[in-house]
Amino acid sequence: MLKKIKNMKKTTKSNLITYGIVIVAFVIMQTLISTGSISSLLEGLMVPICIYVILAVSLNLVVGILGELSLGHAGFMCVGAFSSAFFSKCMRDVITVDIVRFLLALLIGIAVAAIFGILIGIPVLRLKGDYLAIVTLAFGEIIKNLVNVLYIGKDSNGFHFSTKDVMALNMEPDGTVIVNGPQGITGTPQDSTFLIGFILILITLFIVTNLINSRDGRAIMSIRDNRIAAESVGINVTKYKLMAFTISAALAGAAGVLYAHNLSTLTANTNNFGYNQSIMILVFVVLGGIGSIRGSIIAAVILTLLPELLRGLSDYRMLIYAIVLIVMMLFNWAPKAIEWRERHLRFGRKKKEAVQ
Amino acid sequence: MALLDVKNLGISFGGLRAVNAFDISIEKEELYGLIGPNGAGKTTVFNLLTGVYKPDSGKVILDGNDITGKKTIETSKAGIARTFQNIRLFKKLSVLDNVKAGLHNQHHYSTVEGILRLPGYRRVEKEMDEKAMELLKVFDLEKYAHVDAANLPYGQQRRLEIARALATEPKLLLLDEPAAGMNPNETGELMDMIRFVRENFHMTILLIEHDMKLVSGICERLTVLNFGEVLSQGKTSEVLNDPQVITAYLGE
Repeated sequence: MLKKIKNMKKTTKSNLITYGIVIVAFVIMQTLISTGSISSLLEGLMVPICIYVILAVSLNLVVGILGELSLGHAGFMCVGAFSSAFFSKCMRDVITVDIVRFLLALLIGIAVAAIFGILIGIPVLRLKGDYLAIVTLAFGEIIKNLVNVLYIGKDSNGFHFSTKDVMALNMEPDGTVIVNGPQGITGTPQDSTFLIGFILILITLFIVTNLINSRDGRAIMSIRDNRIAAESVGINVTKYKLMAFTISAALAGAAGVLYAHNLSTLTANTNNFGYNQSIMILVFVVLGGIGSIRGSIIAAVILTLLPELLRGLSDYRMLIYAIVLIVMMLFNWAPKAIEWRERHLRFGRKKKEAVQ
Repeated sequence: MALLDVKNLGISFGGLRAVNAFDISIEKEELYGLIGPNGAGKTTVFNLLTGVYKPDSGKVILDGNDITGKKTIETSKAGIARTFQNIRLFKKLSVLDNVKAGLHNQHHYSTVEGILRLPGYRRVEKEMDEKAMELLKVFDLEKYAHVDAANLPYGQQRRLEIARALATEPKLLLLDEPAAGMNPNETGELMDMIRFVRENFHMTILLIEHDMKLVSGICERLTVLNFGEVLSQGKTSEVLNDPQVITAYLGE
């Protein structure tokens, strides 16, 4: 068994370590929760942490693996959240088994986010670098603002749509408003749990790591490393860019579904689906190490927990938060820090390389 | 019939006629050289053949197929592979993965098979690994298989680029200044290797080079470009003794 692990490919081993960390962290937290040793505040953070981990890993697929800067990730999360919440609210009384309804909502959220990924990806991926970043930022904002003017109601005649106000829906007296513009969707069933979040993280990891280590992943990374050379060996650059972008959007949609079903009121504002959020996710990816899946997970967990843990420091909270960001950045990217890490933190690999 | 038949190829960038009325005809398994002063349009010819640029005039026929103005991905599928003047490897991929990226269109499995690790994935990946290792062995790179391409020494990077190009199973291999930056010893080894590739892979090779020792040593025929036009064309020994070529390029 030990020998088998030794002979495994470096990437496979690294992926197993990542899975291991996630599973161990889950088991520890779950035990702490069931024995009641952590505060309810911290317990309430478990689902958001899962959401941010999924977002960070999925954005890493675009930023780290495809090598393009996308600042509209929260937009896809928004699409996933609203489409699934809409479904869940409509079906609340029709499908009474929570888990079945949630799974269907999940599929819908993922599918709608993927469709948006394709639709936005086709024009946007013709750009690169800063231009791509700016346009994705714009699309993210457009999505958020469109959701804010959307009114949908349902009565005996079926669905009514409007972009003006509730009155413009012209519903029968028995109608109910489902999406109420800036007030969003209220009364979504709260189906998200830590366990579901954990399973979604595992699925996300499974999809992303297996994609990276496949023929498609190689094509995506070759585009990142040298687009002209990738074309010269016959790799369809447009197709693979779109593939990475769409899968990333779909996974962000899954995070959105989790988000929507964790709250009773879902609104689209700057803090949850705006550029603040997109940049926050990018911070997780950059601080965790661009292209490093494990790093994204760790950064997302630490940086989601930190503001809450520092709450006691009140005024100094954001100061410490900023310092932690800088320290993490140095730890990840400074040449001296990298050297120190190579020397002290990578026992197995170090020995092997020394032989060569 | 010739493997590559190019007639009257031309392209302008703004007012500059970068390549004009370029003709070339290369037989199967021939080693053909394209030489000329800097800025003569040699690399532009490569870019026209591989679809990086679209020609304004002329025709490119490869093995009976018209590939004029086709995109790079289509010229690659039609059977043209190339290396670059300034090496373009997939730097953060391993040496093995660089070659496997070259095998991209030779071995297929679907995205779903890849993500779910179905039997198709395992079988095809194994085939790709074996084929890539075989190629790496030919170029004496197998011991670097798991090293990142960026960490290879310069000479090995040049070799890896050729290995990656051959992985696409081309009919025609274009080498853009393969000996650039090499010392005489390395150039000697490179010449042996190019001959070896031609014989073992039955490859037709068109190369751009400034090193006259390499050109006169391995090329059977030459075309000399000057200011985008063909200055001289024919057997290597004849071309290199052409007074026009001597004045324009080689020097007295």
